[in-house]
Amino acid sequence: MIPNLPTPHLKFRTGSWRTARPVLQAGRCNNCLICWLFCPEGCIQREKGYITIDLDYCKGCGICAHECPRQALKLVEEVVPGGEEGETSA
Amino acid sequence: MREYINGNEAVAQAVRLARVEVVAAYPITPQSPVVEEIAAQIARGELDAEYIRVESEHAALTACYGAAVTGMRVFTATSSQGLAYMFEMLHYVSGSRVPVVMAVANRGLAAPWTIWADHQDSIACRDTGWIQLYVETAQEALDTCLQAYRIAECPEVLTPVMVCLDGYVLSHTEEIVEIPAQEVVDAFLPPYKPREVVEPERPLVFGVGAGPDIYPAFKQAQQAAMDRARDVICRVDEEFYRIFGRRYGGLVVPYRCQGAEVVLVTLGATMGTVREVVDRLRQEGRRVGALRLRALRPFPAEELRRVLAGTRVVAVLDRNCSFGYEGAVCTEVKAALLGLEKPPAVAGFILGLGGQDIRQADIEDIFRRCLAASSGAVHQVAAAQS
Amino acid sequence: MKITELPEEELVYGSFACAGCGGILAVRLALKVLGPRTVIVTTPSCLLGVTTFYPQLAFKVPCVNVTFPSTAAAVSGVATGLKRRGREDVHVLGVAGDGGTVDIGLQALSGAIERGHNFIFLCYDNEAYMNTGVQRSSSTPQGARTTTTPVGLRGKGEDRAKKDMMRIVAAHDIPYAATASIGYPQDYLRKVHKAKETKGPAYIHVLAPCPPGWGYPSHLTVHLARLAVQTGQWPLAEYEKGRLTQKKIDNPRPIEEYWSLQARFAHLLS
Repeated sequence: MIPNLPTPHLKFRTGSWRTARPVLQAGRCNNCLICWLFCPEGCIQREKGYITIDLDYCKGCGICAHECPRQALKLVEEVVPGGEEGETSA
Repeated sequence: MREYINGNEAVAQAVRLARVEVVAAYPITPQSPVVEEIAAQIARGELDAEYIRVESEHAALTACYGAAVTGMRVFTATSSQGLAYMFEMLHYVSGSRVPVVMAVANRGLAAPWTIWADHQDSIACRDTGWIQLYVETAQEALDTCLQAYRIAECPEVLTPVMVCLDGYVLSHTEEIVEIPAQEVVDAFLPPYKPREVVEPERPLVFGVGAGPDIYPAFKQAQQAAMDRARDVICRVDEEFYRIFGRRYGGLVVPYRCQGAEVVLVTLGATMGTVREVVDRLRQEGRRVGALRLRALRPFPAEELRRVLAGTRVVAVLDRNCSFGYEGAVCTEVKAALLGLEKPPAVAGFILGLGGQDIRQADIEDIFRRCLAASSGAVHQVAAAQS
Repeated sequence: MKITELPEEELVYGSFACAGCGGILAVRLALKVLGPRTVIVTTPSCLLGVTTFYPQLAFKVPCVNVTFPSTAAAVSGVATGLKRRGREDVHVLGVAGDGGTVDIGLQALSGAIERGHNFIFLCYDNEAYMNTGVQRSSSTPQGARTTTTPVGLRGKGEDRAKKDMMRIVAAHDIPYAATASIGYPQDYLRKVHKAKETKGPAYIHVLAPCPPGWGYPSHLTVHLARLAVQTGQWPLAEYEKGRLTQKKIDNPRPIEEYWSLQARFAHLLS
């Protein structure tokens, strides 16, 4: 057993840390990708026409919402931290 | 080919013959001639290696680590303060299971400031997870460096090796050394086949962070590798013998221990002096013998018990001091012998610090005191001596 | 460089960095430019702790961890070994924080630059020892409160000016060096690209704000990285072919704008 191990290896979904989530108002997004550029986690995905967010790893830092020039992203408080709305576990 | 060379040059010859690919080293007395000679070999085109002229010993070992994880066979050498400066990297290298080989020209540690030999420097690194082999002659220094690569790179071991030679006594004293031919060495020591290397195509993290749940498992694995190394050191020594006709006895080197009443245990070049005294006392009919620990890590406890069972007194000559207790080797020998049904009495002697000459008269004195003392009085004998 | 020209693949993902970490953003963006043929060499720091702590290993490139003082020494070994293996197509990226670069790592970095190995060294500067709990480093700006430069009856925060690392690096006559800010990503990415194209050592010192260490809400990381430049607190400089150039800030904004958003400067405004 040697402490030199294959990477990447992800066991924890850091999205469970989140207390607020970014929600896209798709109508306002012009796909400029500023949010994609500035997301420290890299958990915003570029899609055709609009972006999507990997909520398994989004920590809810809010940089995307703050930097969006068109206010297309809004931070919404999580009902259950890190979980889907209405879900009982993270 | 036989040449009249010193221990440092013998080490440099081994580095050339081992086809080391990356050397990173920082000069320090009395190690410097090793790295000067390696630099000269590269300059003359005799050794195809990169020499990283680092700015410190800490960087020397780190650069070796960096090169080794890319799959290079690496070498460094140091001494005393330089080894102390490497201390944290020693753990990093052994913990990452990187097979670095390093020569240590043993020298005392300041203060008082000294450049002369004792074993304080490498003994202080006993617990860093490195295999430690102590040699007696320049020839053994050369041969052991070659063996060291086989041991360190052995998949069952993957542990760095320190080859320790007494400063000046070995590093700067010339003797006739048989320098093997390259083809013969090549047959003994094939190119390094790393288990894993830095490669974007198969990314690894080298030296992961580990929490309390898993850290002990890595350390247990290190200990298990050290345990396996005992066997590997002996096997490699035997294989070396079949190819080169020289062997050193693996972990311990007993001398006239058969039926000995008193056996003196020591490390390194002092053994040469001890042998002569043993011979003279044996001629007088005194039942004395000696034993050199070639490996200090892994510690050959079983071998010691086998050789020393039946001995009345074991004298341990330490060229180091674990301040607040006694010579470090003495403590270890005592612990090893505890398992015996009738363990010999053990008397510790600290001599030869900071290059102090260890004369035949000193050794003879140790033997005579131990021979004269009843087993119960041995402790007082040691106290009087030191 | 257009955003759409940057590769989609994330080479660091799922790290344990704090929400809004400027350091991980700096590394993520650098890897966008350097690509998958990169080896990271890093040191006990926030970065090492959040990316390579078993079982969460967040890099998709090899990562060589090493002791705190010796990032650049390990870089030397890795670069030498790769060169010998004929893998000069692989970029060696040493990464350390300000402590691991301008304090304990300075000697090794000086040695590695002077020897001229082919590597890029990225210092993500969050202006204190964040991994150990916000103690001052020689890169802490004057006036900032840290846990070792506290504010009190006699404490006024950090009393020394920030160490000028660019001048130190430039004094080695390094082929390429630059300061950057994650608030100016186009500029930063261009500089990483230049470092990538440089033969020999290249050094990039990027400002990477730290929400818990500086005391601000996590969504302001990029905003503060921008303000630092706009208030004249963080010069965007480049050293190339022996010449130092610096982006001119025409109408610097008042420093209070920058200070007022951060708890570490709160005592300067009260």
